[in-house]
Amino acid sequence: MTVAEKIFQSKCGRSIRAGDVVMAGIDAAMIHDITGPLAITQFWEMGGERVFDPEKIILLFDHQIPADSIPAAKNHQMMRAFAEEQGIVNYDLREGVCHQVALEKGRVGPGDIVVGSDSHTCMYGAVGAFATGIGSTDMGFALKYGALYFRVPETIRVDAEGSFDRRVGPKDLILRMAGDIGADGATYRALEFGGSAFSGMSMAGRMTCSNMAIEMGGKAGIVPPDETTLEYLKDRRSGDSMDIAPDADAVYLEKRQYDVGSLSPQVAVPHNVDNVVSVEDVAGRKVDQVFIGSCTNGRFEDMQEAAEVLGSDSFNEKVRVIIIPASRDEYLKTLRAGLIERFVEAGALVEAPCCGPCMGGAFGLLAPGEVSLSTSNRNFRGRQGSTEAEVYLSSPATAAASALYGEITDPREV
Amino acid sequence: MRAWKFGNDIDTDAIIPGRFLTIYDEKELAKHAFEGTRDEFSKQAAEGDVIVAGRNFGCGSSREHAPLAIRGAGVRVIVAESFARIFYRNAINTGLLPLTCPGAGAIKDGSSVTVNTSDGYIESEGKRYPTEPVPDFLLEIIRAGGLVEYALAHPEIKTCTE
Repeated sequence: MTVAEKIFQSKCGRSIRAGDVVMAGIDAAMIHDITGPLAITQFWEMGGERVFDPEKIILLFDHQIPADSIPAAKNHQMMRAFAEEQGIVNYDLREGVCHQVALEKGRVGPGDIVVGSDSHTCMYGAVGAFATGIGSTDMGFALKYGALYFRVPETIRVDAEGSFDRRVGPKDLILRMAGDIGADGATYRALEFGGSAFSGMSMAGRMTCSNMAIEMGGKAGIVPPDETTLEYLKDRRSGDSMDIAPDADAVYLEKRQYDVGSLSPQVAVPHNVDNVVSVEDVAGRKVDQVFIGSCTNGRFEDMQEAAEVLGSDSFNEKVRVIIIPASRDEYLKTLRAGLIERFVEAGALVEAPCCGPCMGGAFGLLAPGEVSLSTSNRNFRGRQGSTEAEVYLSSPATAAASALYGEITDPREV
Repeated sequence: MRAWKFGNDIDTDAIIPGRFLTIYDEKELAKHAFEGTRDEFSKQAAEGDVIVAGRNFGCGSSREHAPLAIRGAGVRVIVAESFARIFYRNAINTGLLPLTCPGAGAIKDGSSVTVNTSDGYIESEGKRYPTEPVPDFLLEIIRAGGLVEYALAHPEIKTCTE
């Protein structure tokens, strides 16, 4: 059995195979300020009075914080009242981006079935959970019943071997995979990641990879739990085990292999995430804005990578550099390491933990004709502002190198 | 019914840009449907029109505002060569019918389309294009009128552990 099959089988207590449709209990449900208000409305529409278990609900605001409009403020107000009425812990706007916060607060563990009304909920697969994004009506149902319909997916196994070259990392690997598998190549499927590159990868890198499973249409992106997973979780929660490893004879729909040692820095060019090229192919393209942050690449390790590329230089004066650690914890680590001071000194705007320009809902929007390089997960037309702007995606190293020179730059040459 | 033809990989940002997500009234959302992508849609789409698209329609965000914006414009049926998973489910939950139709690419923008759900095809300019059947467990939700109505009709939900 695959990890996905094992998780559903263990929840359901009977034999489960890919293709089965089950109504499964859930271990956690995450709502934020964009999709939460509608989920709560649908919960009420369904006759919901009390949520299934307030301790299993993760609630916070990250997309439009601090409130950037009166409607956003009203949505926050409504969710605050709901949290209070239901006895749900409200992280409010203090903690940061939903996926990062859910993991660092220990709200998700190996073998859990988790839903979130955000497509990048698949990021929780980094700790071995079956986690998937759902819409608000599905979330209203999940809040009421603590269960949801799932079709147990077939799995694509991806093994990555070897070690990354200097200034090449997990983001380059997952961009390359998106390029190869395509924007819909994993639709209705789970991705299961393994191989020596994953076993040697930090939790931060695993989160980056699991986060982007949805960019291939994936329902989940799971790294089977190992010692690294348990080490990450040990001070956050207790009782987790690694006993959901895939069987040696697990049936996969497809198997893919990568040698990360031969990987170069990758860039997704407008306007699709699977439009992926090697950095040399777009080097020299002028950029107006560089964004380092988001649930994909807003962790301390990403900030360290960017700072290392920056060195003691200043960012190019023609580039607006926006840096946003993904959570309060990541912000504090970055701050205490002296990196925030370095970024500000070099000319960047360092914002409080939130989604920032990623979704184009709050600030940092692009004018027609402008070009942005972003470490986030989507470069859809119009996502970060004008539909006549262009968004490129890269690793933090490539983003920092490009911010130094004002044009897309190979970080290996810095 | 007029066919509004779209290409491959139409993402949820194209259907409803992020800056409108504080809204969740479908009529208000409909005013911004496909804004910046196809501005005439929100002004000209009429009750009963059909969206016809290529592969991977609705990829991207889990925002249910996307099917709501489409429904608010009067569209009840979306025909596509394939759908992104979350959008497909959201469409059903909000009472839109997503029909998978491998031949949808041949249908022309602005052409007249009729949808035959009982025999599983759509027809445009005298040509029939077969559609794939909607899975049983989803039909049950559609028959109830959407997930809210399904939940109201099933106050006791049995999970696989029970």
